Amino acid sequence: MSSVPSGWRGCLLVILAGFVLLFGLPQVVSLYGVVQMTVFVAMAVFALSQGFIWGFGGIMSFGQSAFFGLGGYVYAVSVINMGDSTIPVLLAIAVPAAFAALLGYFMFFGRISDAYVGVITLTVTIILFNVVNSTSGDFYTIGQAALGGFNGMPNVPPLNVPGYPDAAFGPIDTWYFAMGALILVYILLRGILASRFGRVVVAIRENETRVQLLGYDARVYKLLVFTIGGGVAGLGGCIFTNWGAFISPTIFGLASAAQVLIFVLVGGLGTLVGPVLGAFGIEYLISIIGTQQTLNANLVLGAVLVAFVLLVPQGLVPVVWSGIGRLLPRRFAGTGEQTAEAQS
Amino acid sequence: MALTGLLLFNTLTGIATLVLICLGLGIIYGMMKIINLAHGEFVMLGAYVTVFAANAGVNLWVAMLILAPVAVGLIGLVVERCFIRFLYGRIIDTMLASWGLSLAIIGIVTSLFGNTVRGISAPLGSFPIGHYRTSLYGVFIIAVAVLAVVGLYALLRMTRFGLVVRATMGNPRMAAALGVAPPRIYMATFALGAGFAGLAGGVLAPVSGVSPVMGAAFIARAFITVLGGGPAIITGTSIASALFGSIDEFATFLTTPVFGQVALLLAAIIMIRFLPQGITGRVFRRSL
Amino acid sequence: MKLPVPDATPLLEAKGATMRFGGVVAVNEVDFTLREMELRCLIGPNGAGKSTFFKMLTGQLKPSAGQIRLRGENVTGAEPHHIARRGVGIKTQVPNVFNGLSVYENVFVAAGRRKSRASAKRITEQTLERVRLTGITGRMVGQLAHGQRQWVEIATVLAQEPDLILLDEPAAGMTHDEVLRTAELIREINRAQALIVVEHDMQFIRMIATTVTVFNQGRILVEDHVDRVMANQAVRDVYLGKQAA
Repeated sequence: MSSVPSGWRGCLLVILAGFVLLFGLPQVVSLYGVVQMTVFVAMAVFALSQGFIWGFGGIMSFGQSAFFGLGGYVYAVSVINMGDSTIPVLLAIAVPAAFAALLGYFMFFGRISDAYVGVITLTVTIILFNVVNSTSGDFYTIGQAALGGFNGMPNVPPLNVPGYPDAAFGPIDTWYFAMGALILVYILLRGILASRFGRVVVAIRENETRVQLLGYDARVYKLLVFTIGGGVAGLGGCIFTNWGAFISPTIFGLASAAQVLIFVLVGGLGTLVGPVLGAFGIEYLISIIGTQQTLNANLVLGAVLVAFVLLVPQGLVPVVWSGIGRLLPRRFAGTGEQTAEAQS
Repeated sequence: MALTGLLLFNTLTGIATLVLICLGLGIIYGMMKIINLAHGEFVMLGAYVTVFAANAGVNLWVAMLILAPVAVGLIGLVVERCFIRFLYGRIIDTMLASWGLSLAIIGIVTSLFGNTVRGISAPLGSFPIGHYRTSLYGVFIIAVAVLAVVGLYALLRMTRFGLVVRATMGNPRMAAALGVAPPRIYMATFALGAGFAGLAGGVLAPVSGVSPVMGAAFIARAFITVLGGGPAIITGTSIASALFGSIDEFATFLTTPVFGQVALLLAAIIMIRFLPQGITGRVFRRSL
Repeated sequence: MKLPVPDATPLLEAKGATMRFGGVVAVNEVDFTLREMELRCLIGPNGAGKSTFFKMLTGQLKPSAGQIRLRGENVTGAEPHHIARRGVGIKTQVPNVFNGLSVYENVFVAAGRRKSRASAKRITEQTLERVRLTGITGRMVGQLAHGQRQWVEIATVLAQEPDLILLDEPAAGMTHDEVLRTAELIREINRAQALIVVEHDMQFIRMIATTVTVFNQGRILVEDHVDRVMANQAVRDVYLGKQAA
């Protein structure tokens, strides 16, 4: 972590940039641009959940899309039934978090290896895909909400001012909600990492045996990290559903699961800014591919994944940062001593 | 009585299918301790080879039993040489790279052949169980699965290649002592695993819709079964296939195929809590 | 954590402790007792079962048979963190540290469990001073030399404030001056805490030990005063003799 700014200054800089984007974007780009950026932000929240559990917790979830999709579906089902969107948003965080806790219990208390965690989580999301895919027909309705099988759920009601179901959010309001949520999640995760809990989490990633020999129950820490990651991914899914007023089983699919790993890998493992920038960059790339016919999106994503694993496994942000660190005088890069003081 | 017979036959076919899908994955996992996430796409490629060869007039049996495994085995060889070999010792990175390959293969096949479902009709007709009729092709699948297991067992037990493979599984330095460099064994194993995936794709092509994304339908079950089976390739895969295949078929019989998979997943997740090393991590440890 | 326990109850007691790996018996029915505040040295040839015994005591391995008690409480097969919370700290044979964290953070994580932030900070600073690491608190542990990493690990164990400290080859890879400093530190630690030290360096053993336990082929061969152990013919045969040869 020495090559990445982890002190308060770097953190404040990121938050400042976030606020500039939050208020600045609607002033400078068209409505279409704002709507486009809203989905990037939903993906960035998703990327933060993966970046947090993988880059800091060392938990190799290959199926984070399970929680992302669950958040989206829980929001859609509950908002259709409740009308007011306040509780559905909270449920979209709480239900995936609870599901992550349950799954995490079996995985971490079973002490399975990283590779197993990856495969089990991946399997969970594939099976959720298959299950939701098969829920077409009247039999599969929850209250007034029809799950719709592979066609998904159209016309999901948008967010509204809490307590006033008729005061629905427009696209610009949704942007403020999405970007505000991204900034909030960033601050939350930064705070967790700066706490003593966060220090132990990173220590587990570094050396789980040592942490246990110091008297910490590593399983409980990993479980909590995984649960938080599940909640954050669920929030991302809720924003995603709001963006298009639509959700379909594709959200659980392999491409969705792979995409978020690519965000993190491209942006940089062990950073929080990296996954966010990775999400923006890759989503932009996909939107460009979508407008032409020659290159297939799967092919490009696959090639990017293979290329980064083989050639740039640490991701772009750490590489760029250490490049800057070499060019600038030392005081800008921040010495390790200061970092340790700032965090303690 | 006839219903029981039908259920039994379907369960056997289900287990045989699972064994076929899992063997290739299990070989690579047992040898190299990596999960090949492109496994589903290897199966898909095997199915494509079979469909195209059969449509081009090649004898169907030749296409599925010889062409598919050989072609996919060669693809596996190329993949191992170009990508996987740079990542040995980095388990997670190997899995990520194989996932990237999986996406890329789906992309390539979609670009070349379109995102459509193809099929070839199942040969052999049907036979009666009581007053039910069922596909004779199921008997063929069971036979191929049994032969594949026996063949792999013979290969590992009776050939020099098998000896070296077993030595490498136990201890990579042993293989070096036998005069064979572990990288060559890994290369051969990866190709062999890919070949078995191709065989599965070929044999299952007539009973499944052949499309670029068909791999996703197989891999969830295959992953669970191989992890549940544990480190012993043949024993683990067979026992886990029998266990999970039965659970799958039984739950499917009671509800729908989708909930068969859910039951499978739940059984597997509960199992890893108590047998984190898989079935053969605890019992039958010395088997193959 | 410290309960008033009558002196009769030993700090650590292993009874018939056995560890089998397949057909190999690495530790074979070992009976071992350690009093409060005792300093004990374990010696024995490579493969004698010393490190395996340590792993059993700290919960990293669950004994195949036998019992391990800490102050009378049965901790056989307990999780490592559970045993650590009962006041056992270990420096393992291979440096077991957090390479991606700074020296300060390594010690802070050890000091911080169930203590207020202020007292954790105080313990961290005191420990860093005690093992003379104050000059390099900001350095990443992964970038340090082997000897320094050993010190960092010893510092984390001390910051944990355990009642029993297990040191597996603490002087390995250290310079002569560092070895002297380690011996001095061990004697200093022993004023308040019990220790078991595994070491190969006989000069080092003589600097610190009174009672020595000799392991051979998974069993205890001899347990006696250091001078008598050194003079023992059986010990010379299995261990000292081999080293001279």
